[in-house]
Amino acid sequence: MSFSLLKERRAQVVRNNRDGVAALDCNKASAAGSVSQRACTFCGSRVVLYPIADALHLVHGPVGCAAYTWDIRGALSSGPELHRISCSTDMREREVVFGGEQRLEASLRRLIAQHAPRAAFVYGTCIVGVIGDDVPAVCKRVEADVGIPVIPVLAEGFRGTKRDGYNAACGALLTLIGTGDTRTVKPQSINLLGDFNVAGESWIIRKYFEEMGVEVVSVLTGDGRVDEIRRAHGARLNVVQCAGSMTPLAKAMQERYGIPFIRVSFFGIEDTADALYRTAEHMDTPQVMERARALVGREISRVLPELRACKQDLAGKRAGLYVGGAFKAFSLVRALRQLGVSVVLAGTQTGSQEEYEELQAVCDENTVIVDDTNPLELASFLVEQDVDVFIGGVKERPIAYKLGIGFCDHNHERKIALAGFEGALAFAREVRATATSPIWNLMPRRMRAAAPMGDKP
Amino acid sequence: MSCALARDTAPTVHSSAKPDATVNPCTLCAPLGAALATAGVRGAIPLLHGAQGCATYIRRYLISHFREPMDVASSSFGEAQTVFGGEDNLGRALDNVLAQYHPELVTVATTCLAETIGDDVPLLLTRYRARTGSAPPLVHAATPSYKDGHVEGFHAMVYALVKALACNKGTPLRAVNLLPPLLSPADLRHLREIVAGFDVAATVLPDYADRMDGVILDQYRALPDGGTRLVDIASMPRALGSIDLTLTGRAPRASHLLAERGAPARVLGLPIGVRATDAMIETLADLTGAGRPAWLLGERGRLLDAYADGHKCVFGARVGLYGDPEFVAALAGFLLEIGARPVFCATGARNRALPEALAALPAGSVDEVLDDTDFESIGAACERHKPDLLMGSSKGYRLAHSLNIPLLRVGFPIHDRLGAGRILHVGYRGTTRLFDELVNALLQRQQDASPVGFSYL
Repeated sequence: MSFSLLKERRAQVVRNNRDGVAALDCNKASAAGSVSQRACTFCGSRVVLYPIADALHLVHGPVGCAAYTWDIRGALSSGPELHRISCSTDMREREVVFGGEQRLEASLRRLIAQHAPRAAFVYGTCIVGVIGDDVPAVCKRVEADVGIPVIPVLAEGFRGTKRDGYNAACGALLTLIGTGDTRTVKPQSINLLGDFNVAGESWIIRKYFEEMGVEVVSVLTGDGRVDEIRRAHGARLNVVQCAGSMTPLAKAMQERYGIPFIRVSFFGIEDTADALYRTAEHMDTPQVMERARALVGREISRVLPELRACKQDLAGKRAGLYVGGAFKAFSLVRALRQLGVSVVLAGTQTGSQEEYEELQAVCDENTVIVDDTNPLELASFLVEQDVDVFIGGVKERPIAYKLGIGFCDHNHERKIALAGFEGALAFAREVRATATSPIWNLMPRRMRAAAPMGDKP
Repeated sequence: MSCALARDTAPTVHSSAKPDATVNPCTLCAPLGAALATAGVRGAIPLLHGAQGCATYIRRYLISHFREPMDVASSSFGEAQTVFGGEDNLGRALDNVLAQYHPELVTVATTCLAETIGDDVPLLLTRYRARTGSAPPLVHAATPSYKDGHVEGFHAMVYALVKALACNKGTPLRAVNLLPPLLSPADLRHLREIVAGFDVAATVLPDYADRMDGVILDQYRALPDGGTRLVDIASMPRALGSIDLTLTGRAPRASHLLAERGAPARVLGLPIGVRATDAMIETLADLTGAGRPAWLLGERGRLLDAYADGHKCVFGARVGLYGDPEFVAALAGFLLEIGARPVFCATGARNRALPEALAALPAGSVDEVLDDTDFESIGAACERHKPDLLMGSSKGYRLAHSLNIPLLRVGFPIHDRLGAGRILHVGYRGTTRLFDELVNALLQRQQDASPVGFSYL
């Protein structure tokens, strides 16, 4: 493939050099025509709030935006499953010309009566922002009648990046937080921010905290419930996993309610242990730390033998990763290193300057680091860096497979829980299953040296 | 199962364009269809004029179905473009697409946003061409999703391609034009094979068989091989005729445009079932003057033989059909031909094509038609008609699961099974496969329901 980096994107790709950190141009709008892997502002707001299972999620706009986000994340619920239906005001030409407020109000009233949600979120899409529907006014009117919070989430697709959508979602959550009764919240308590219970991951993490004697007041937003979110201000500490999406909320809760926050990750055994210990440090009884130590010791000894076996099989393999936020990238670099796999290509959709500096610091010499990359760049670097296993989401998958390279889904659609100690083991099994599969030996990429079948020179 | 006797009453047609929300849409959005149709032209790349998310959601969706790379560029609107117009971004997007992909053709489909702010895309493209001089053909289709879904977007792009490119009026060619709806790569290959059986060249538009069901690669291709060549599209008016397998409803037909330019149009339904496939074979024999190939007659005979072997299993079976109009109409014909009963026929398309097509069936063939509908309404139709089985896309999975009835996956999108691109629906061969699957799904149900099971059919 003849490939040259777009001029506009040259400052968004660097090769890691131990002698100094190279500045990476980031946190800006995607280059037009580049085929970015990013979605839009609306998507950012939608994915964050999506797992709240007893709320109505109504997308105000033409049908596509709702159709594409129907049951899109593997965010599980232990009870209601309202989040798994797709509701759209399905605006037509008539609404575009005459306004969609009437249709929005009728939709809200019908769906709330039908499904009895504990709250409703109304997402604005591009054209709502253009035609000027007064979504907050409609929400207020309906809220007054139906007696549940009806919250506008105005993150029209063109408004900015996915990050701006995260901010809008955090704003929506803040309107709920502080409205519930916190009298029964225990002193040793946390909120878990930025875990979305994909494949049941929140349940794994919640179980750890319960064992440590720490109450999880709310998970934002995995297996989310409106009434839990309402009392989130009663927690002692905010434990932030997906820092990219949830840092604005953690900061706002610190300002408004004086709740400190720590940024952690539950991907990989090192990061999981670190997350539990640092949480315990914030609790004021020594028993929490004792229990954390016992838990970590037990779990590590449980998973370590098989992790070691995986490491043996994976020795010398090379990984590439392209994920949404930088904090997941840091964790993955560490988790892969634990498995003896070196990361030779790393990138994110939404990383910031400081985050890229940290990413360069955790990565090895010569790792290619990319911001808001595109399929042609990825394909080119996968081959150039001789990657054995690529870690990303649905849109990255066919690029790897097309080239005969292993792939591991670490995005919304994964069906296997990858968080916590058992998740670290599941991740190792996943990486091993794909990186060491015998099928790759049949692929042209690995057979280049051998003469192709039936192909005469 | 109840008796399959046809009733002599006309079916109820429910157009569920509701006064309020659409719940669980039975359609995707118009630019998706336009993007996929573009992939059916060699060296072509689609560009969506609007915000970044539309292109990304559509890519993710098409990748989930086809499991192939699918690059869709975007002009990546921000707030400035929304206010002042998207000309600059469209220009930069085209520059970058040409620089990265070196395409032979770029199609520009509009999103809701670009349509709502009123960008005059044909004018912008003319100005771009005047400015740059050397750009490849740029074909525009208007695809606002507040009007249309993926079906109409697909037809709109095929029409735009024919209108812009099929202009060669020279001497007649021994070729047949084939205008398929959104089919699987396996279908497109089989249609080519059938036409080749009559010793004529086939110009299939669009033909994404090789691009959306490609081989493993050693070196990545920016634009995968495959697709109909521009030179062949140009010559379409010189063909012996066009076989049009689409149902465009109120929208204009590409085949009629080709007829005005010289190639007579034959409008048929999808060749699913003996009679519908016979109609296509007869048309081909008529257009080409060639005899029916022996292998096709063999496949026809084997299909009838399969019908004889399995007819009792499907007699009176109550089947709920949903999906794109062409599929639903053709499957209804197939079910009637084998003694099963299409209890309802549903589509999310908005072009009125389905009720029109079903009106051609004998009175009483179908109990109910749901046009411009969603899965909330299809669920209600299931309550009314108690189907034994559903046939349609993956979108009906949760419904089938909740009703505890089998779902036979056909059409688009199929994202919860492997091999969507390899599903053959058309011709005697495709019908034989569908018939076997239908019989076996019903047998499986009987086996599962039996306390003792059975070992022989």
